[in-house]
Amino acid sequence: MELLEQLPELLAQFAAGELDAFETLFRQFQAEVFRWIVRIVRDPAVAEDLTIETFWRIYRARARFQPDRSFGAWARRIATNVALDYLKTARTREEQFAASEFESAPDPRTGNPGIQNPAIRRELRERTQRAFQQLPAQLRAVAALALIEECPHAEIAEALNLSTAAVKSRLFRAVRLLRNKLGNLNTGHG
Amino acid sequence: MTEPEMNEPEQKKFAELLKQSLSPMKRELDRDLWPKMLQRFDQPPRPRKWLAVLFSPAALSLVPWFDWALLAVLIVGVCLFPRSIPVWLYHF
Repeated sequence: MELLEQLPELLAQFAAGELDAFETLFRQFQAEVFRWIVRIVRDPAVAEDLTIETFWRIYRARARFQPDRSFGAWARRIATNVALDYLKTARTREEQFAASEFESAPDPRTGNPGIQNPAIRRELRERTQRAFQQLPAQLRAVAALALIEECPHAEIAEALNLSTAAVKSRLFRAVRLLRNKLGNLNTGHG
Repeated sequence: MTEPEMNEPEQKKFAELLKQSLSPMKRELDRDLWPKMLQRFDQPPRPRKWLAVLFSPAALSLVPWFDWALLAVLIVGVCLFPRSIPVWLYHF
């Protein structure tokens, strides 16, 4: 990718609307864009569609791209916006997916010694999933990237076009909302 | 001490909880999406999203019946008394 980003000719051709240049960029960056989106939306099938939507927006906005800047960073920012748009409009679908995923693929990391009863453990996981999916889109994206994926705050800030302080603030709000929804977990099941 | 700093131990706790609760998923793209991209190029332009949302059956079904009745009264009133249009425009 480093090599590719050093090819200003290709980027200039893309900015001029040449489909061959766009195809080269697409093939080079599709996996990276997919990986970023799937970390936010947590649904591989949806992430494939959103990857297409991201590149569609990239192609339409090609005239605004400055060939001397990083294509990867620009693509990631557009991908983040596409993922946020999806989270804002598809909460119900996400919940259904999460429920079925939960049923089919138990996570071996669930061995919390404090909660032995499988029914209680299952309820805890379901409630946590629900609480996570009910977060507003921006907070959910920040929570997914920072808490689950452990992305550096600076990386999240760049993708979301925010300051690092704003990322920390949103993370704080996300955790507070999760705590409000799951507040009695420890006392109830511990 | 700032808000986010105060929250750090709790963040770790919830991070662990989320990791335990959300199942692992496929993270790598296992096929080339270019053919799908070409299909996207062939599709006609999508309607503007806000129009689609505003006039979707789901959105229209949320409007209460008395609002529809009020709209009907307004239309009939405007048809019968066209000179009242400036009055309506003033109030809107």
